[in-house]
Amino acid sequence: MTHFSIMMLLPMTVGLPLLAAIVSVIINSHRWRTSISTMFATIQTLIVILLLLAIPDADGLYRYTLGGWGAPLGIDLVVDGLSLILLLTTTVLVLVLNLYSIWYFSDVATSTRFWPLWWLLVAGLNAAFIAADAFNIYVALEMIGLAAVALVALTGTRTALVAALRYALVGLLGSLCYLLGVVLLYRAYGTLDLAQLATQTQASPLTGSALCLISVGLVLKTALFPLHFWLPPAHANAPAPVSAALSALVVKASFYLLMRFWLDVLNPTVTGITANFLGVLGAAAILWGSFAAFRTQRLKLLIAYSTVAQLGYLFMLFPLALTGSSPTPLSNAAVTAVTYFIIAHALAKAAMFLAAGNILASCGHDKIDKLQGLVCYQPLALLTFALAGVSLIGLPPSGGFIAKWLLLNAAIENGQWWWVVVMLGGGLLAAAYIGRVINIAFSQASTEKSTGPMKTVPERHSLQVNLAMPGLALAMLAILLGFNAQWILNLLEGSIELHLANAGGVQ
Amino acid sequence: MTQDLLYSIAGIVLFGIGLFGVIAAAHIIRKLIAINIMGIGVFMVLLATARHGTITDPLPHAMVLTGIVVAVAGTALCLWLALQIHQLDNTTSKDQPQ
Repeated sequence: MTHFSIMMLLPMTVGLPLLAAIVSVIINSHRWRTSISTMFATIQTLIVILLLLAIPDADGLYRYTLGGWGAPLGIDLVVDGLSLILLLTTTVLVLVLNLYSIWYFSDVATSTRFWPLWWLLVAGLNAAFIAADAFNIYVALEMIGLAAVALVALTGTRTALVAALRYALVGLLGSLCYLLGVVLLYRAYGTLDLAQLATQTQASPLTGSALCLISVGLVLKTALFPLHFWLPPAHANAPAPVSAALSALVVKASFYLLMRFWLDVLNPTVTGITANFLGVLGAAAILWGSFAAFRTQRLKLLIAYSTVAQLGYLFMLFPLALTGSSPTPLSNAAVTAVTYFIIAHALAKAAMFLAAGNILASCGHDKIDKLQGLVCYQPLALLTFALAGVSLIGLPPSGGFIAKWLLLNAAIENGQWWWVVVMLGGGLLAAAYIGRVINIAFSQASTEKSTGPMKTVPERHSLQVNLAMPGLALAMLAILLGFNAQWILNLLEGSIELHLANAGGVQ
Repeated sequence: MTQDLLYSIAGIVLFGIGLFGVIAAAHIIRKLIAINIMGIGVFMVLLATARHGTITDPLPHAMVLTGIVVAVAGTALCLWLALQIHQLDNTTSKDQPQ
């Protein structure tokens, strides 16, 4: 055993954001607070990159025992390729959103409240990705939930407060369902450690109901179709960087946990029917979310409904990975595809929300019908929106294209062509609702009735550019992800094989 | 054995009552109370799980304590939001009666 390995930096991924939260409460100057936040975000990204470089030496799996207490009583952290990739996505997005927020929250009062909550949210996200036992996942989920609710309420308007309250209730409901499931697991197996559970689980009524409760709780938090009702108002009424983080990261955290429980920890309990059921709900989410996005009147609501639709694609994982003729190699393909999808969607959706935030800030509204001539006074925001849209629709050569391509491949190889129809239909619908916005933005403003536009032509040009850049960078990344797919695919495939082998080896 | 089974079933029944309350109740305070009842149900199942004959397992107790802290924080946040909305409604209706 070596005295020091880079992997020992793992607890820093939770420790640093918590420290940043405390520091941003203590520090009283806006400038210092933002610079220190940026510093923390940079260090955090560097740490995750170091971890990514070091993980192959640790055989793709590393377990850290906090304080040396060990599994049943102490807190363990565990990381593998999959969780590291999600950590990397989180830290990169946090870094970019951090820069955006510095300019976005120039108002001191809001900024004072924003930064501590923001870092708590990041700590919760990172903790959820590396928690090694089911109860710490609950704590992480609550950290995410409470911080996210407070962030949604930050604007203080009535709609935002109502949305936040609904979000809070749903979040608490989801966590309690999850917690009851965890309690049943503890009752059945006497342990909460995910690795120990994975070795012990057998199909039994008790485990079945535990899986059911855990899934209901997590699905509620991931906003899968019939349970998505809370997502559009919450995501649409939050401040722009918060919307971006909610759509890009927060819903993904609960999905990641769902993935862990279904593919790994409680895999013996999962049946083909339940997996298909989630798939059907996912398909319904794709169609309904896209349709609602097409119908809605507000730009931010449109993006939020688009998140509902895109989350549907993620749930294709369950039928593709857990049913079908030859599960092992194909399931890997589905997991790779969905992980890729998570990254591509996170980048594109965050970019889109930042663009929408800029449009909302400059027009004073985000009514889609009144955005005529947007291209003249917010060209960068529109460019960001369009680039992110290309990735969301899944046009080549974007990250979204590769993700969808992989997913379609997995479906076809698995002989489940009906999902292909839904996914292609979803792509067309996405093209319709994104095209609708672009079409209006390029159309001539009717001279007499131009209500919104022309209000703020570049009065503070540098600020406008500063605000446009982070979103544009994310949109570019979402596109570049498609150009340079191979290295990330290799990374994913290697790590996920290891991860599934770890689950499979113990059976 | 029968005693902790009884407690567990009572806990699950409480959870169910709370769940019904969250979905059925219209008023926000009722919803919040229902959520707290759900939480108490979960904690009861946990406490019942802690008993193994004469030996008591400390881990569920630690979990219940953490759970209580989380429940208090969540309830406080919801109450604050409800209060804010209420105050906002009051001021607007006073300023511009409709």
